[in-house]
Parts: sequence; structure tokens; C-alpha cells
Amino acid sequence: MVETAATSELLRCIVLLPLIGAVVHGVMLGLVRRELPRGLVIAISCLAPALAFLVTLVAFFQLRDLPAGQTALVDGVYTWIGAGRLVAEMSFLFDPLSAVMCLIVTGVGTLIHVYSIGYMDDDHRDDGGFQRFFCYLNLFLAAMLLLVLGDNLLVMFLGWEGVGLCSYLLIGFWFGDRWNAYCGMKAFVVNRIGDFGFLIGIFLILWALADAGGATLDFREIQAAMPAIVERTVAVPTWLGGEWRLTTLIGLCLFVGAVGKSAQIPLYVWLPDAMAGPTPVSALIHAATMVTAGIYMVCRMSFLYAEAPGASAVIAWTGAITALFAATMAIAQTDIKKVLAYSTVSQLGYMFLAAGCGAYSAAIFHVGTHAFFKALLFLGSGAVILALHHEQDTDKMGGLRRHLPWTHKLFAIGVLAIIGFPGLSGFFSKDEVLLAAYTAHVPGHQALWAIGVLTAGITAFYMCRLHFRTFFGESRVPQDIVHHGIHEPANTVLVPLAVLAFFSIFAGLAGFPDPYGEQLGVPESNSLAHFLEPVLAQPPHHVELATELGLAALATTMAALGAGLAWFLYVSRPELPARFRARLSALHRLVENKYYVDELYDALIVRPLVGISDRVLFRGIDAGLIDGVVINGSARTVRGLASGVLKYAHGGLAQGYLVTMVVGTLAVLAWLLRG
Amino acid sequence: MDLLTLITFLPLATGLVLVALSRLLPARTWRWVGLAGTLLTFLLSLQLWAGFDPAQGGYQFLHHVPWIPSYGIHWFVGIDGMSLLLVVLTTFLMPLALLGSWTDIEKSPRSFVFFNLFLETGMLGAFVSLNLFQFYVFWEVMLIPMYFIIGIWGGPRRIYAAMKFFLFTMAGSLLMLIAMLVLYFLHAEQFAGALNFDLIAAPGASTAGLLDTLVPIAENAAVPWWKTQAWLFFAFALAFGVKVPIVPLHTWLPDAHVEAPTAGSVVLAAVLLKMGTYGFVRFALPLFPVAAETYAPVIFTLAVIGILYGSLVAMVQKDIKKLVAYSSVAHLGFVMIGIFALNEEGLQGSILQMVNHGLSTGALFLLVGMIYGRRHTRDIADFGGIAKPMPVFAALFGIVVMSSIGLPGLNGFVGEFLILAGAFLVSPWIAVAATFGVVLSAVYLLWMYRRVFFGPCDNPENMGLLDLGLREKAVVVALLVPIVWIGVYPDPFLTRLEASVGDLLHRMEKTASAARSEAQPSEVHQAGAARSEAQGAEDLAAIRYGRSPR
Repeated sequence: MVETAATSELLRCIVLLPLIGAVVHGVMLGLVRRELPRGLVIAISCLAPALAFLVTLVAFFQLRDLPAGQTALVDGVYTWIGAGRLVAEMSFLFDPLSAVMCLIVTGVGTLIHVYSIGYMDDDHRDDGGFQRFFCYLNLFLAAMLLLVLGDNLLVMFLGWEGVGLCSYLLIGFWFGDRWNAYCGMKAFVVNRIGDFGFLIGIFLILWALADAGGATLDFREIQAAMPAIVERTVAVPTWLGGEWRLTTLIGLCLFVGAVGKSAQIPLYVWLPDAMAGPTPVSALIHAATMVTAGIYMVCRMSFLYAEAPGASAVIAWTGAITALFAATMAIAQTDIKKVLAYSTVSQLGYMFLAAGCGAYSAAIFHVGTHAFFKALLFLGSGAVILALHHEQDTDKMGGLRRHLPWTHKLFAIGVLAIIGFPGLSGFFSKDEVLLAAYTAHVPGHQALWAIGVLTAGITAFYMCRLHFRTFFGESRVPQDIVHHGIHEPANTVLVPLAVLAFFSIFAGLAGFPDPYGEQLGVPESNSLAHFLEPVLAQPPHHVELATELGLAALATTMAALGAGLAWFLYVSRPELPARFRARLSALHRLVENKYYVDELYDALIVRPLVGISDRVLFRGIDAGLIDGVVINGSARTVRGLASGVLKYAHGGLAQGYLVTMVVGTLAVLAWLLRG
Repeated sequence: MDLLTLITFLPLATGLVLVALSRLLPARTWRWVGLAGTLLTFLLSLQLWAGFDPAQGGYQFLHHVPWIPSYGIHWFVGIDGMSLLLVVLTTFLMPLALLGSWTDIEKSPRSFVFFNLFLETGMLGAFVSLNLFQFYVFWEVMLIPMYFIIGIWGGPRRIYAAMKFFLFTMAGSLLMLIAMLVLYFLHAEQFAGALNFDLIAAPGASTAGLLDTLVPIAENAAVPWWKTQAWLFFAFALAFGVKVPIVPLHTWLPDAHVEAPTAGSVVLAAVLLKMGTYGFVRFALPLFPVAAETYAPVIFTLAVIGILYGSLVAMVQKDIKKLVAYSSVAHLGFVMIGIFALNEEGLQGSILQMVNHGLSTGALFLLVGMIYGRRHTRDIADFGGIAKPMPVFAALFGIVVMSSIGLPGLNGFVGEFLILAGAFLVSPWIAVAATFGVVLSAVYLLWMYRRVFFGPCDNPENMGLLDLGLREKAVVVALLVPIVWIGVYPDPFLTRLEASVGDLLHRMEKTASAARSEAQPSEVHQAGAARSEAQGAEDLAAIRYGRSPR
């Protein structure tokens, strides 16, 4: 296995560059207490990801030019944790999968760093907020790159928790507001619940491999050891079937981690609240990169999931249901970022749908295109928010295309890309996902496909609704904001938008389906899938051109219907939605309040847990039973005895005890030292 | 002079010199001299670190001086990797604890310095002892300065807390004293009447140590119950379990922590609690391996209860210090699980986690002390939004909280991961339950952090809070260095543990199989069960004496 990889010390530089940026900022802020001049802050924090991107490009070409038989670059830095049978190296792996992810992360990351210069410009001018923001952002990038480049599960977990930390810090960036701080904590805790599953998965792998000859967490070594554990089963309670394949159990445990990180049902609740953070953070962390870590992990472990059909089916179904469920919640939201947040949850569901169906490269394809168009949409919404002096409610927008023509056009490209307008990036990647569901060997795959198509329609509806309510129709902008003036944002904001728009349009060509390509005389036109092939196995089936076209036409029709409905409701007959709302007030309230899931969790888990801990455990057992009855009770008994029987030893328990001890010790010493 | 002996007594000697020179020296001088003494001790202990040979399994820096030879009581010191780490932890934390309460102590500051120095000698002595009697002396001696530190410089309920601390520990250790004597005479029985408290053979001598004693297991009907591994293990476990503390023996801890002055809390959490876990590793495991294995499930269960219970109770505390105190109950539960996993991963993780807990919880108590010194309250509800007036404090506190939560990249994760992995290999369900504690630790610590540091800073008393001064920053940053170091590159620590842990496990295996094979010919004795007990004991002794000392 190992000789199929070449060594390259470039990889550590990719991680170190943003890390150095973060450390410089951190030390200056935390210990020296001197904020660097803005120019220097910008230089350090934007150069770090830009250089990391360049190094990634160099590594990418190195990888491409490797001699046949070698499919990866590795960089072993040192032994991180080594004890007993367990050895985890701090080492990095750059294979086609991590190469694609790394390019996305550093590329989009650099753009968002540049965008943040403009976005954060008016914020916290005097208390180091500007530098603190970039410190966290650089740290995030370093952690994300660790996650992507990690050569074993433990380094991946290091990055995994690291991005969680940065997400926590950045959601609560404006910590003076209680709500922001609450949302940050919620994100961290919900992610920890997922990480609990991830850790158990890691332990299960160790446990299985320790029996099978050698505990290891190294991806390629686990893959090599798979034959030894594929046949193993574990006993589970009878209502779960009595016996499971070990791979299924491992796969499910790891997936719990992915459910947390990538905001799937039932742990998606943190992501909409994560919008409390500054908009560039929502774009980078909560849309383009961190939240896709779960999909990346599933693809990284695809050799295991390929042997775990049960786990794969669960992934596919979780993804599909989440996609639909989140899309319905997006319909009734009025906060521009909340709509995008639910849309992200929904799109992540698509990615899991693909991964669960065994179409790992389709999942990664959608990760990539989604990174571009969702970052574009978030940054576009940020431009609107900035222009409206931090107003996020679409009820107070409308008609903005007159004031913000560029933002309007760029945002429109993002909308078209996400709803799958033919030819744009989202069209190709979403079709790949739906095709995968259609042809998969997962139980109920037709239903999965149908859910996917339905969701495509809903997506088109709510995205167009958002766009129309923001940029079209009558202006609902409050007078005081109009009074301050509504202007296009600075160039540092617009240029990243333009670059992202370019990729939102053309990135789909990287995954141009083979059947189309054959028609056009371009063999193997799905270059992304073929590039990923050494790592991610392709589904074995061959797809006819007619099937491919037919499915695409269906999905596109569905999207067109959704978009048309939105046009009808929000542009042609804008008085209708209010009437519907009045008619269906109960349903509307249910959807608007996100099905009361947060309230449900609060009532079922949070409050009982706090209540029991306080009343039963702390007051009941600790203070009441142990201290009150056992300890103080026996103390009283002893005191009673002492005063009753041993009157001569009065003067308190401890004093008597001390005197006895000292006298006794002296006596023993005297006796011992007598000769 | 012998290095270990020097390190052990240097703090006390410093204190005695101060006492002897004059009580009239200003308190300032006392503090400075005390600090110098602890720093010098730390520097000397670094020499141990440098001179320690990680490849060697047994004890190093041995020093053996007959003290009361006719009773087998000797001054016998030596360290292996496990005690090395704890010795260095102690010497490292002591100067920081003194520095951390530099300005807090107004009442008799001289005695405060003296008792801290006295305490350090007590703790170091316990860690380096290779003679059980000597260990017991230090184990008890350590209580005296701690009793006074809590009782004199503590909070409003200090007398109650000090008394509770003293009585809990005392009650536990009395039983251990009896068990020690049983063991002592058992050893004499087996080795031709040789009275010896030494754990291992003295350097250059051919005598056997206590670790060579074969403690019978209960299968043999001719052995009275109080001589069996199970009962002796129980007696030791009770003494150590109070110190750890294992639930439900823990209720002294929140009181002691909350009432103790900052330096007291730091030392109590960072070092004194480790006496319990260290006792298990050093004595209970190698002396009673069969019982340790048999009762591991019991300990596992108690430890898991400790983790979940400690976390949940910590969650609902209103006092920051009490919250940190209960978090110790949870964290030490992890350590216990790792120890009784009885494999290399778990044990190495546990000992590393003892150090980690010392660093992060020590740092937490120091930080809580700093805010208490400013606001004279530790009630979470009195704070809110203090990240605004105290950004540096907030940042440092945040890093320490993350270390305590077990964020990868900081020290806590390495220990916890090894512990849980080791436990999973022997008892998956226990490990799963314990892993859930990792979720809870994030809940209670982040919840507290949010309520104290975030939100609007609307209490007028908090608005003018001064951020950390140079001394305070230095203390916390000094603690952050090993916190990050162990998180990023724990290898220097783990390699120092590797051989010692391997040696311990090997020894346990050997002793356990010897004890088991000893129990085999039990039919012989069952036949003679009707005979008088004395006769039976004599027979047994005859069998035992046949064993040649190693």
C-alpha cells in the first residue's frame, strides 16, 4: 500500500501557513495586547490562505505528474500519539480526494478572506475585533486543512474538532449579544454529540483491528485490513435484528459524527442558529467548507461504507429526508440568511443521498459546486445586509435591484446555479446525485429519487421567492435606512463575488457526464470522477444517454415549476401569499417555527436533564443523602456516643483525634528509637 | 547528597530555615525565599527529567538508607516513569501556586508560606517512597499542612471543610494501615521472618521486597479472609478511593475546594487527588493483581457513575469554584477507568491524564482565584460579559476550558483518548458510557463560560474590572506551555511512561499467575479443614516458605 505514495514536504506547509497567521494574531492580541495596523493584519491573514492555495496547486501538479502506480503524496511529520498498540502519526495525505477538497478549501477560503476585509471594515474599530476575526478565520483554515489532509482518523478528528472550535468562536464573535453566545455554544455542544459517535466509531475500528492483527487508524492501513473484519458480526438487541455486520456498526457510528458536523436530522438544529455569526463566516464555514466535512469523511471511508450496505442505506435515507424537510422549512423563513441556512442543510442532504447510494464522486462533485454557488449566495446576501446597514429581514427589502444592480446580477447567478438551471454547475451536480439515487441498490431507491426531484422543485421555489422578495417588486425598506443611502459594496466585496459567480457557472464542466461527452466527441468528459477514481470507486452501472437526459429533463421541469410558482406568487400577484398565510395559519405557523423541533428538544432533553441534575443528583443525593444522612448523621451519632459514653474525651471529635494521633505517634517513635 | 532526597526535603528545609532565621523577616522576604526554594526544587527535578533513562523499566535514582532496620523501615526512594511525571508536576505547580496567591494572603502570610513548603515535601515524599511505612508517614503528614491551609486561610465555612477533609482521609487510611500491617506480617511469614516494608529489594541486597509477597486469593479455604487479596485490596482501595475521590466518597472535595484559598485548591486538585490514583497504580495493582482484575468491573462502574454524576452535578452549580470541583470528580473518573483497563494504552493515558488534570484544573482554580480577588464573589450570576473588560483573562480562561473539555491539540484529549481507547479494548460498554462524559464536559464548562464571559456587560461592578497583570499572565502562560506541548507532542511524556507501565503490567501478570497456581492445591487443605485453624496456618506457612526469595 504505502509504496504507492510519494513523499512531499509541501503538505505540512499547506497547514502551517494559515496556522502561523493565526498564531501571530493570537499572540499579538492575547499577550502583547497591541493590535497590528490594519494593512499588516490584512497582509498576514490574506497572504496565508493565498499562499496555501498556491502550494496546493503545486502539490496538485506534483500529484498529477506522479509516475503510474503512485496515486498520492504523503508527508509524515512526527509520531503524535503512541502508546501500546496505538500509534497515530502526525502525517498528511494528498490523494485525488484530498486534492479536490484542498483546492476548494484554500480557493474559496482565500476569496472569503478578501471579502471579509470589506465586510468587517466598519466593525469594532478600536478593540481588536478586526484582528480577532482574522485570527479565528486563519485558525479555521488551518483546522479545516488538517481535517482534509489528515492521513489517519485521529488527525482528521483533530481538524474535525478544531473547525468546531472556530465555528464556536466565530458564531459567537459578537459575544456582547447573549443570543450569539448561545448559538455558538449550541453549535459546539450539538457537534460534540456527533463527535461522541465519531469517537465510538474510532474505538470500534481500533478494537476490531487489534484482534485482527494490528490496531491502526491510518486510512490506507485500515483499507488494507478490511478483508479481516468484513465478515465479522456483532450482537445487537433483538429488536434491532439480533446481529449486525461490524462494518455497518462502525459506519453508523462514524456517520453520527457526520450528522452532527454536516447538520443532518436530528442534529441539524445548530446550523440555522449559526447564522448569528458574521456573514463571511456563514459563507466559509457554514456553507462551503466545514459542514461538508461529514460528506468528506464518508467518502474518505468509502471503502468501509462499500462493505456496509446497512449504513449506506441509512445515510441515503437520512440525506433524502433531511433534504426535503429542510427545504420545506426554508419556504416560510423571512431572514435572508436563515433561508440560505436551511437551503444548505437541504443541499447537504443531497450530498449524503449520493454518498449513501455509493456515488461518492457525485457527492464530492456536489460539495464542490455547492461551495461555489452557496458561498456566492451567502456573500451576496452579505452585500445586501451591508448595504442595508445590517438589516437581514426580507420583509424590509424588495426592489433592491435598482440600488444594487451588480449584487442583484451576481446573486441571480447563484440562484440559477442552485436551482439547476441547465448548463450551470448545480444542474450537473444535482443530476449526478439524482441519477445515483435512481440507479442505486439501496432499498427504496425510487422513493429516494422521487424525494430528490420533489426537493429540487421546492428548492427552486424558495430560492426564487428569496430572490424576488429581495430584489424585485416594491421596496419595503424602512425610511431611515433609505435615508442613510443604499450603495453597492466595495470592490473587495464585489470581486470575490464575481470570481465565485464565474465558477458557479462553469464548475459543472468538470463533471460533464460521460454520456453527453461521448455525443460531443469528448471521451471521459466527467474528468472529476475519473480523477477521483483511484480513491472513490464508481458505481458499476452504465447509464444510457436517454435515461440521463430524461432524468435531467424531469428535474428541470420540476425546478421550472417551482420557479414559476414563485414568480406568480411574489412578482405577478404579490397579494396572494398573505391570503394563503391567513388561510393556512396553523400550517404556516408550524413551518415558520421550524416544526417546533428546538422546543421539543428543550422540553424532552435539556430541561429534564438540568432538573434531575439539580433536584435529584445534587440536592437529593449529594447534599441530602450522602452529606445529610450518612456523613453528618454518623458524625452526630459519634458525637452522641462520645458525650454519652466517653465523657472524658470531650472537646470535640477532631481535637481528640489529633491529640490521640500525636501522642500515639510520639509513643511509637520513642519506642522505636529506644535503642 | 542524594538527588531525590534533596528534592524531597529542600522545600521543608527552606521553610525551616525561614522559621529559624527569624519570624521578624518581612512577609515579603518569606514569600520571595519560599518562591526561590520551590523554583530551585523545580530546577533540580528537571535534572531528574534529563537524567531519567526512558528505556529502563524499573526504578531509577535509587537511594537506600537504613532507618529502623530491625523493623524493615528504611529511607528508600526511587522513581520510575510514573512517579517522575508526578514529581515534576508537583515541583512545577508549587511555585505557580505561590505566585498565584502572591497578594491574596493577608492573615499570617509567613505561616502560609511555611505550610505550603511543608506540604510540598509531604507530597514529594509520598511520590518517591519505595518503602511502604515511609509512604504512609508522608501520606499522613501531608494532611497536616493542608488541614491548616484550609482551616486558617479558607472561606467562611473553612473549619467544617477542613475537618471534613481530615476525617474522610483519616478514616480511609486507617483501614489501609491495618492492611499494610497484615501485608507486612504476611511477607515475614513467607520470607523466613524477614521484617521489611521496602517495596522492592534494596540495591545490592538479596532480600525480597513487599512486591514479592504472594498474597493469597480467596479460593483457598485455609486462608483467613483478612489475609486475602480481596480484603487487602478493599482496604487500600478505600484509602485511595477517598482521595481520588470515587463516588460516593467524594463529598469532602467540593467543600474543601470551595473553602480552600487559591493555592490550596490548586495543590489539592492538581496533586493531592493524584495521591489516590497514584496509590492504586503504585501499590494496589502490583500487590493485589488478582483482586484488581476481579474487581475492575466494580471500579469501572463506580468510575462511570463518577463521570456522569460529577458532570451532571457540575452542570447545575452556581459557584464557579464548586463547578470546577465537581468537574474534578468527573475527570478523575476517567483516570480510574484507564488504570483499571489494565493495558498499556489505558495506563499510559491515565498517568498522562493525572498530569493533564493537574495542569488544567490547577490553571482553572488559579484563574477563578484571580477573578475572586477582584470581585470577591464566585457566583456565576454576578458575572456576564466580562470578556469585554478582561479580554486577556477571557482568552486564557477559554484555552484552559478547552483543555479541560478535551479539545484535540491540547493536553486533555491525548489522555482521554488513550484512556477511552484502552478501556474500549477491554470493556466497550464502559468506554461508551464514559465517552458520553466527553459531551457533558463541553456542556457544563461552556455553559459556565458563556454566562461568565459573554453577553452584555451590564453589572456596573464588572465594567471596571482590570485585566490580568504581568504576574498573573506569567503564571497562566507558564501553565499553557505544557498544556499545548502535551497536546501537540506528547511523545516525551509517553516514552517516559512506556517502559514503566510495561514493567508494571508484566509484574502483575507474573504475580497473578503465581497467586493462582498457589490456590490450586486447595483440595489438600479442604481435606484438613476440620483441623484447628492454627495447624492450617502452619501448613500453609510451610508451603510458602518453600518459595525461594527471588
